[in-house]
Amino acid sequence: MTAPLTRPKRKDPLKKTRQPLYPQSVRSRTAQGLTAAAAQGRFELQCCSDCKEIFYPPRDACPKCLSPRVPFVPVDNRGTVLAETTIRTSTDPYFRERTPWRAGLTKLDAGPVVLSHLHGDVQEGARVRLDLKLDKGGAPVLIALPEKDTPNMADDPQLREMTCDPKFRRVLITDGRTAVGQAMAKAFSEAGATIVFVGIADPWKPFPGEDALRKIDKVEIVPLDVTDSESCTEQAEQNGGRIDIVVNTAEHVRPGGVLQRHGLTVAREEMDVRYFGLMRLAQAFGPAMRSRGADGVNSAAAFVNLLSVHALMNWPAYGAYSAAEAACLSAAQCLRAELRPGGVKVVNVFFGPLETEWFQTVPPPKVAPSALAKAVVQALQRGVEDVFVGDIAEDIRARLAVNPKALEREIAG
Amino acid sequence: MASDLLSFAQKVAQGSIRVVDLTATLTQEFPTIVLPPEFGQCAPFRIEEVSRYDERGPAWYWNNITIGEHCGTHFDAPIHWISGKDLPNNAVDTIDPRNFIAPASVVDCSKESADPDFVVTVDFIEAWEKKHGRIAAGEWVLLRTDWSKKPFREYAGMGDDGAHTPGPAPATVKWLVEERDVHGFGTETIGTDYGQAQHFNPPYPAHFYMHGKGRYGLQCLTNLDRLPPKGAVIVSAPLKIKQGSGSPLRVLALVEEGA
Amino acid sequence: MAARLAYDGVVACVPVTVPYRRYSVNSAHWWIGRALHELTLGAGIEPRDIDGLIVSSFTVGPDTAVGLTQHFGLTPRWLDHVPMGGASGVIGLRRAARAVQAGDAQFVACVAGDTNHVDSFRKTLTSFSRFAQDAVYPYGSGGANASFALITKNYMNLYGATREDFGKLCVAQRDNALAIPFAMMKKKLTLDDYKSARAISDPLHLFDCVMPCAGAEAFLVCREDTAKSLGLPAVRILSTIERHNAFPDDPIQYRGGWALDVDELWQMAGVKPADVDLLQTYDDYPVIVTMQFEDLGFCKKGEGPDFIRSHTFTTDGTFPHNTSGGQLSAGQAGAAGGYLGITEAMRQLAGTPIGKPVKDARLAAVSGFGMINYDRGLSSGAAVLARA
Repeated sequence: MTAPLTRPKRKDPLKKTRQPLYPQSVRSRTAQGLTAAAAQGRFELQCCSDCKEIFYPPRDACPKCLSPRVPFVPVDNRGTVLAETTIRTSTDPYFRERTPWRAGLTKLDAGPVVLSHLHGDVQEGARVRLDLKLDKGGAPVLIALPEKDTPNMADDPQLREMTCDPKFRRVLITDGRTAVGQAMAKAFSEAGATIVFVGIADPWKPFPGEDALRKIDKVEIVPLDVTDSESCTEQAEQNGGRIDIVVNTAEHVRPGGVLQRHGLTVAREEMDVRYFGLMRLAQAFGPAMRSRGADGVNSAAAFVNLLSVHALMNWPAYGAYSAAEAACLSAAQCLRAELRPGGVKVVNVFFGPLETEWFQTVPPPKVAPSALAKAVVQALQRGVEDVFVGDIAEDIRARLAVNPKALEREIAG
Repeated sequence: MASDLLSFAQKVAQGSIRVVDLTATLTQEFPTIVLPPEFGQCAPFRIEEVSRYDERGPAWYWNNITIGEHCGTHFDAPIHWISGKDLPNNAVDTIDPRNFIAPASVVDCSKESADPDFVVTVDFIEAWEKKHGRIAAGEWVLLRTDWSKKPFREYAGMGDDGAHTPGPAPATVKWLVEERDVHGFGTETIGTDYGQAQHFNPPYPAHFYMHGKGRYGLQCLTNLDRLPPKGAVIVSAPLKIKQGSGSPLRVLALVEEGA
Repeated sequence: MAARLAYDGVVACVPVTVPYRRYSVNSAHWWIGRALHELTLGAGIEPRDIDGLIVSSFTVGPDTAVGLTQHFGLTPRWLDHVPMGGASGVIGLRRAARAVQAGDAQFVACVAGDTNHVDSFRKTLTSFSRFAQDAVYPYGSGGANASFALITKNYMNLYGATREDFGKLCVAQRDNALAIPFAMMKKKLTLDDYKSARAISDPLHLFDCVMPCAGAEAFLVCREDTAKSLGLPAVRILSTIERHNAFPDDPIQYRGGWALDVDELWQMAGVKPADVDLLQTYDDYPVIVTMQFEDLGFCKKGEGPDFIRSHTFTTDGTFPHNTSGGQLSAGQAGAAGGYLGITEAMRQLAGTPIGKPVKDARLAAVSGFGMINYDRGLSSGAAVLARA
């Protein structure tokens, strides 16, 4: 039985903060197929296109027929644990300070025998579900979970190392002026966050939903303007040491293309809010988060970017917006590499048009702010790092995987 | 005998001519004009540190700033409005610099301005003139509302139907231009116009009539309560921006001691 | 299948052990060089007489056998690098024997040597193999201990082996090692000591695991008449087997490659398991020793625990086994762990053991195993040796 997490005590300010470490994250190129699957929360192994053999660990030729056509495909993740061990000592610094650590061999129904981490509720002989997760270093690992969810399952210490669960963590929603920001605040409050800081810029301007926002349990309004470097620095100075998850809800959506716009002032705003805003938040909050990646139950865990799926393929009707989102995506990839030494994940959540005012004339399907917020919380609970929310985002992803050029033409209309 | 100018300089240095700073400090928090989101917006004041005696510049401190022409305490030139677009010398770089020094009549409606929807009428000004004297040609008319003392939220006066800040009626502005030949119009609030002036006829009369007749505007002034009703001389030289429609600036009032 | 060629006219001689040290600042090159030196002195030959060379080492990188030829001033006409861990001894012996038999070389020096810097154990692990990198190290980094813990647990589940069974093997090997001056472990081990030792990776405890150290082992392979003319005691090779990645479909390893080729081992040797006077198994873990008892034909699969309970394994016991203490008590000097059984068997057969002698030792079996790649040891080998 997994003991439920209890709210951590106040940190002793005179105690040295435990520095972040992570398991060895070197993987062969072929094994990065597991990374791609884990990043999106899929369970995939290699399956020979010719003889259909499913095998593991990752290889460059089928071990049955030597065919080189061995892509990663979704496979049945169920299996039975054959043997388990509890590792009590390790030469690896990360595991050394986290022993005892349980690992075991599981025979998958799909065929291979896999070495994996074991959830605390999994015993030898048990039926399990295997999950592919990104460990603290962002590298793909297998973990055997109980066949059905068990009470407090997410609180298992080994599992929590691989997720960014908001429970008992302190969250910063960077912009609470919008429907998305407010939905996000509500969702994180309900997901068990200890504090939900909500940034408000231009407090002299009222905004709809302000009263309801202030009434949400655990919400604390703080001044924050992502277009103002000093504002970001000041907020980080005040609260940065106790912010474990940043969700950047600052948005800027306007129709119009590159040629089609008249002048650059809107584009400047777009880049200032979105791209420079991300950089300001990264510079202000990143360093403290990176140093707190192993700081107890409420360690720094994630930096969440909300990105248009059109960061991946420009939508000319919203072309300048798409370009700014693309700049954010590239910056987020950089930030991902920069935060990784601290064991902090950068989570990119992609969506198509939202049910918000600036997408008003766009026909459905559109994503409601509450649905987006729910998806973000779930992504953090599962520890995935690339998330596609809603039908349009899934559609774009699928089409990009097959023929990006076709998609480019199709989107332009 | 010292010339008038030199004696003026001496009096400023000694303090018998007081220099009153009518300028709000440029900070990121200062409210700016907010237009409907479909329109282009005035860039707010933003400041990025370039270096501060550090690896980016070991012995110096300096910043880059971004700011809209109409941000903070600022000057409006006639070219700013459609009604003034074709007048000669109508931009900040072409206005004759002698126009940057002018006396002011300071009309106190601070009590009435407790009501955010207070509209200044001709009658109100004529009543003021009875007490303090006629507004002379070539004078600034500065509207003292004491709104610059308010916290930013109240100062901006934003409601769910736009801004509610005190300002002049269309007839008042027309009268000031045609009957008093004023130099320009200045306020403490964001904008020379009444907050709901989009519903006036013509909309935004303080801009429409003033700039239409080649007069100037000053906004977001402070410390008007430290000026005498008459006799202050205003120095307000905007930045010399190529074809600029206005600029943030330092507005100084010179007041003779005992006035 | 065609019958295998007998190893007629070929012998192994001059067993060399460079005394082990827990940590060494010297390089693997130094240790290998020491062994080569002792080989030449023991054989009474010059270094330039060595015209064949086989090297096994985990820590000689970035060099392989080729770099060592120039390093040591050798000009061999036959060269091999055998990176097969604990199976390297038997495999090296097989390769060298064929080279000499075919006339491709006259004196093949077979050397295994490794250094042990304070952190060399961890460095070896992190880049051990692609599968270890992708699919083992990230799961607790327990090293080989964790991998063999799973194999041990599975074997215990399958055949009812107990910690007492494994402990009996370890205690006997410790007794054997007490007579070896350079053995790493110098204290007597009781079954209580064994059982109460700290857990490493359940169900393995401290004394189930070898102690890594620095050291080197070597021997020479040459024609029988060459050895005779030099007055060198020697052993004949009656048979050898070798296998890699046997039984890949076994979910968890419970038998090694020997089980595939055991019949050939004894047929080629022309003797039976019961004829053997001493057995040197590869003892990285007691469970693997138990598997070798079964897979080499000393008992049936699954009867390992019974076999342990009904024999004694000291040098003077009913089944002399790992008579120099094995790696579990002498220490594992990297790849030299795959050689120490061979050099000990050679000394016992020649009647000149370093420790206690096995009475009337005329026939010995030696077994090698190694290279845990993902979840199982891939390489196995065995040889039957006879006093020449």
